[in-house]
Amino acid sequence: MNLQSFMPEIVLGATAIAIILLDLIVKRKGILAGVGVAGLLISGIFTVAMWGALQPGEASLIFNNMLAVDSFALFFKLLFAGIAILVILASVDYAGKMLPNSQGEYYALVLLSALGMMLMASTTELISIYVSLELASLSLCALVCFLKNPKSSEAALKYILLSGVVSAVMLFGMALVFGVTGKTQLGEIAGVIRSMSLSTPVASPALAVGMVLLIAGFGFKIAAVPFHMWVPDVYEGAPTPVTAFLSVASKAAGFAVILRVFSSIFGVELLSSSWGMVFAVLAALSMTLGNVIALPQTNIKRMLGYSSIAQAGYLMVGLAAIGISPAAGGSGQAGILFFLASYAVANLAAFTAIIAITNKTGSDDIIDFAGMFKRAPALSLALTFSLISLIGMPPAAGFIAKFYVFSAGVRAGLLWLVVIAVLNSVISAYYYLRVVKVMWFAEPASEERVPSSIALRFGLLIASIGVLALGIAPGVILKVTEAATSILAFLP
Amino acid sequence: MSIGLEHYLVLSTALFSIGLYGALAKKNAVVILMSIELMLNAVNIAMAAFSNYIVPVLLTGQVFVIFIIVVAAAEAAIALAIIMNIYRNRETTEADKFDLMKW
Repeated sequence: MNLQSFMPEIVLGATAIAIILLDLIVKRKGILAGVGVAGLLISGIFTVAMWGALQPGEASLIFNNMLAVDSFALFFKLLFAGIAILVILASVDYAGKMLPNSQGEYYALVLLSALGMMLMASTTELISIYVSLELASLSLCALVCFLKNPKSSEAALKYILLSGVVSAVMLFGMALVFGVTGKTQLGEIAGVIRSMSLSTPVASPALAVGMVLLIAGFGFKIAAVPFHMWVPDVYEGAPTPVTAFLSVASKAAGFAVILRVFSSIFGVELLSSSWGMVFAVLAALSMTLGNVIALPQTNIKRMLGYSSIAQAGYLMVGLAAIGISPAAGGSGQAGILFFLASYAVANLAAFTAIIAITNKTGSDDIIDFAGMFKRAPALSLALTFSLISLIGMPPAAGFIAKFYVFSAGVRAGLLWLVVIAVLNSVISAYYYLRVVKVMWFAEPASEERVPSSIALRFGLLIASIGVLALGIAPGVILKVTEAATSILAFLP
Repeated sequence: MSIGLEHYLVLSTALFSIGLYGALAKKNAVVILMSIELMLNAVNIAMAAFSNYIVPVLLTGQVFVIFIIVVAAAEAAIALAIIMNIYRNRETTEADKFDLMKW
């Protein structure tokens, strides 16, 4: 047993426990955030070191073939560590003001949820997929409920009941896959399915039903229509830093699992073309519904909730391309990873700015952002830039991300889907730019400046630099994402 | 008549459907939670039956069942805590009264 390959997770788990214990001793709760960031940094350093030691295309399995240590898993571990650091930096003000008595649990739960997501990205076994997915989502349920006010607890109840139903549905799909193949390890399942040499996708009905149920289960995590009902309510009700974490990390973890599961066990050409088509239809629905319903929203968190549904739609264009044309799939996989990274920095920058502003005004309504440029120029500039990235305009990261994912779609022959996606990007510009217009041109309600802590400003700076760097010099990260997805190459 | 895999699967599917109906149609949050437990137990029956009939020498399915039971217990604990919390706020557990946020 080689515990060295498990160090990032061990460090994270230990840090979470240490924070809970320290919470009993220390008086200044800001230290807890510092410990959390330190733990995440150490975990990230271990991940980078493991990446350095990895041969290209090498994938080793640990814990009885349950966890993979490969470039794909390490990329996502690094992404989740980065996201959690930015979320903790953005939470310092908020947690001090809104949850003064439960900061220890708050930071510990953020770390535990990140731990669950890290495991999700590296699991290669149905049991551990289920357990890590529940670790991630149960911690998030508790975090959503943290404010204990009517809206927050309503959001948490909706989240946990729906996620309970969906995980039961997903488990039923896993049971069917297990029943058909008799295996739970993804590689072994893939071997059995290949040896079945199916003639049509429904030659084994149980397998086809299992695949659809798994799509439903993972579709919930990535907020795809028709499994999106929880998204706007939970985003609106949850504490804003938790909304930020939920929107980027939960989606990235869902895509990590989908990429690994679908490109291994359902990687047979016959099945992959059918799930590719399913994702193409879901992508069209998610983009259109998300963007159209976002138009009349007045609450900025709710608007970003619908925007996150639409972004899941853009990402699924890449999934559809992978499924339909394995030849075009390579660039699609790298595109999805790049899109997730750029979405993460852009959305975190937006939410960090929103946290600072709403902490002052006490309202999430877009109308209360009026004249923010005069009251908080730096925050408004960062928010504007991240919204531009979410639209997908150069020079921000979102443009390159969309370009890569959509071009994979064109190469796979999904021109109709890409046309819908581009039209949707145009629609989305309206509601993103409305916020920008209100901030820059409306009259401010008061002249008071908006204060923000050093931690928050530092986090916002990192995220904004990330948006700019991914937009101007995407080459480095693209090389990394290509290396990360090389191990997912379709088996013959 | 001997009991075979089909019988277990029919039972499991029937329980799953009843649970899904309950989760979608019932109004009380606690009853919805009970329906979810029913769905999870339907999965447990299917898993154990598959394990017994498809791979009788291995215990993979049974181990999966144990994990599902443990995680379901954790989930029920958190869900009940949230229901307690919302009851303190709203003095009700009727799901259709929770309508602070829509559209």
